[in-house]
Amino acid sequence: MAAGRGRRRVMAQIAMVMNLDKCIGCHTCSVTCKQVWTNRAGTEYAWFNNVETRPGQGYPRGHEDQDRWKGGWRLSHGRLVPRSGGRARRLTRLFANPEMPGLEDYYEPWTYDYDNLISAPLGDDVPTARPRSLIDGRPTAVAWGPNWDDDLGGGPDHVAGDPVLRAVGDKVKQEFEQAYMFYLPRICEHCLNPTCVAVCPSGALYKRIEDGIVLVDQDRCRGWRMCVSGCPYKKVYFNHQSGKAEKCTLCYPRIEAGQPTVCSETCVGRLRYLGVILYDPDLVGEAARTPDEKDLYRAQLGCFLDPDDPAVAADAEADGIPRSWIDAARRSPVHALISRYRLALPLHPEYRTMPMVWYVPPLSPIVEAIGESGHDGEDAGNLFGAIDALRIPVEYLAGLFTAGDTGPVRESLRRLAAMRAYMRRVNLGEPRDPAIARDAGMEPADLEDMYRLLALAKYDERYVVPTAYAPGAGDGDTAAGCGLDAPGGPGMGGDPIGAFHAPPAPRDGESPLRGRVNLLNWNGGGRPAGLFPPRGAAE
Amino acid sequence: MSGLRYALWGVLPYAVLVLFAAGTVWRFRHDRFGVTTRSSQLHESRLLSVGGPLFHYGLLFVIAGHVIGLVVPERVTEDLRVPESLYRANALLVGGVAGAATVAGLAVLVARRLRVRAVRRASDRTDRALYPILATVLLAGLAATLLAPAGDYDYRLGVSVWFRSVFLLHPNVGAISGAPLLYQAHALLGLALFALWPFSRLVHAFAAPVAYPFRAYVVYRSRNVRRRPFA
Repeated sequence: MAAGRGRRRVMAQIAMVMNLDKCIGCHTCSVTCKQVWTNRAGTEYAWFNNVETRPGQGYPRGHEDQDRWKGGWRLSHGRLVPRSGGRARRLTRLFANPEMPGLEDYYEPWTYDYDNLISAPLGDDVPTARPRSLIDGRPTAVAWGPNWDDDLGGGPDHVAGDPVLRAVGDKVKQEFEQAYMFYLPRICEHCLNPTCVAVCPSGALYKRIEDGIVLVDQDRCRGWRMCVSGCPYKKVYFNHQSGKAEKCTLCYPRIEAGQPTVCSETCVGRLRYLGVILYDPDLVGEAARTPDEKDLYRAQLGCFLDPDDPAVAADAEADGIPRSWIDAARRSPVHALISRYRLALPLHPEYRTMPMVWYVPPLSPIVEAIGESGHDGEDAGNLFGAIDALRIPVEYLAGLFTAGDTGPVRESLRRLAAMRAYMRRVNLGEPRDPAIARDAGMEPADLEDMYRLLALAKYDERYVVPTAYAPGAGDGDTAAGCGLDAPGGPGMGGDPIGAFHAPPAPRDGESPLRGRVNLLNWNGGGRPAGLFPPRGAAE
Repeated sequence: MSGLRYALWGVLPYAVLVLFAAGTVWRFRHDRFGVTTRSSQLHESRLLSVGGPLFHYGLLFVIAGHVIGLVVPERVTEDLRVPESLYRANALLVGGVAGAATVAGLAVLVARRLRVRAVRRASDRTDRALYPILATVLLAGLAATLLAPAGDYDYRLGVSVWFRSVFLLHPNVGAISGAPLLYQAHALLGLALFALWPFSRLVHAFAAPVAYPFRAYVVYRSRNVRRRPFA
């Protein structure tokens, strides 16, 4: 495959897959993420993780309309150029960014006058806590919020504002009887070809070589705001207090320690998967330049490497990727869902950023629809035939995941349907029916593996996150200081005891500091040295 | 009286220069995080899209004009056979337009800062000191430019000589103390601006992204890079 080129380069990326069938829209991911990362002044409106009801406008409102917001890349004479313009145009727009969303496109964060409840003078009326803007401190009328169209999934106002639905056009009717909705949790895509990084004039945004996480260097960010408009997913936020860009960090302090992100860890529906993907960085640019938008999904698949291929493993090792990571890539649930089973699809590949948070399209409402019409909803024959008559139109899903090409969506849904039909027979004690698998182009063993991964979804199988490594450095030779300790940042202010990411990374709460234990680092298991005072030291 | 003259034009410039240099080093060492535009575009975009470019682009021309007027001696333009009338007409026209644009842009920005509540709340103490100084220094400079044809003062034989002599460590106090009061006021306010520079939002000028056009689009970094110490 790599014939004709020099030695193939291999890079590793921590990627995520979300199984939309299982999202119940509880927003636990958003709330826990906010508590960890954006519960500070200046980031009130920033939701590194949010859950959108689709169809709907998303957050910020209508952010998928790139004719307006100019996020992502466009193809100009075969070359990739940020849609908001090349380097020269960006620099001329330095003093006022014409594509930057205003706070009104998000919402004006507010609090309530709680004090009034206890300080109001005695009177005939019950005192109320009126909403007050967190931006200018004045009483405000709450007119929009982070999830204003939550669970609406329609209504003429909101549906009209959904850019994806607009693109699908008349094919999708919005009649009440045919109403549908599903949830779409979104975080930063940690793209292989990130526009936010490309448009940053200061070079503050960067993609980490070791794990592909896209981060903002807070000491280098100068507040030019280009990243906010450059990101087509609008997942870079401007901290209006510090004057710096902030974005989803994929909880890198946790990832480095081998733990899943907060949104994954706390996901009630257990719908998130984290794992390593190996890819060939030299193929990314070419793939992103694929002329036809509908081919971008397959082009991106073509960048991913098979970790079970010994040649890939050898190249990866030659590039300094440790064995533990190659091993994790083989066990990666993300690799399985994306490449092996072809279930997961990228979100808006047409932005040409090569996103790395993928989605298993939702099937459930289809089954419901068939069941209600008196047929057996999990019978394979019924399911396959019904995929085109779904409640959630395949065209809408294709507008989200494959730039409008319904083929891959249909294939993915067919495999999911086959898994259900096949496993139902198993659970009912009927003989296994390999024909169901073959109809969907799968082997029976694949369907059972898929079932294990998607339905049982064991913790250890959902999250296969190897601990961080540092190429060319010995163990424990990591940088000093916590990257989160910027003023106003989510760090612990440089207090070495309080810092939860003070290298060298302590294991099981072991603290390098005078035998004291950092309880914030302790996973609750084992008995780290220093948890109790040494014996005989009581006096 | 001559003691004051020496204090103002012979000593003060060096005090300001030292403050400017030391303050900048201090800011970069102790508050790299704080070096930002502190943009308020999130709160208000419409007025900013008018005032921001008007002010900044005007200012770039104004700075270029100062470099030509202050650094290039009159001898050089004479050697290049630039007629004095052409030089003056150019200074009046380009300088006047650039100055007017800068002042107009600043007027929009200040009005925005005062009228839009969210922006006003996002302003801090240094802003309250900075904007009046910036406004008066610009107005004095613009007035000097526009009034130049009316008088017969040639700043290139006065103020400019003093400016260069400061950097030659042999300040020519007499060259500026004879200048019209308008020029003296403009220079003094300019000194105040430079004194305030490292401690205000003006530091973002040092963050001008000059390297951006020459770098690859996507930046990769290793997590193993040692962080430079803050302090």
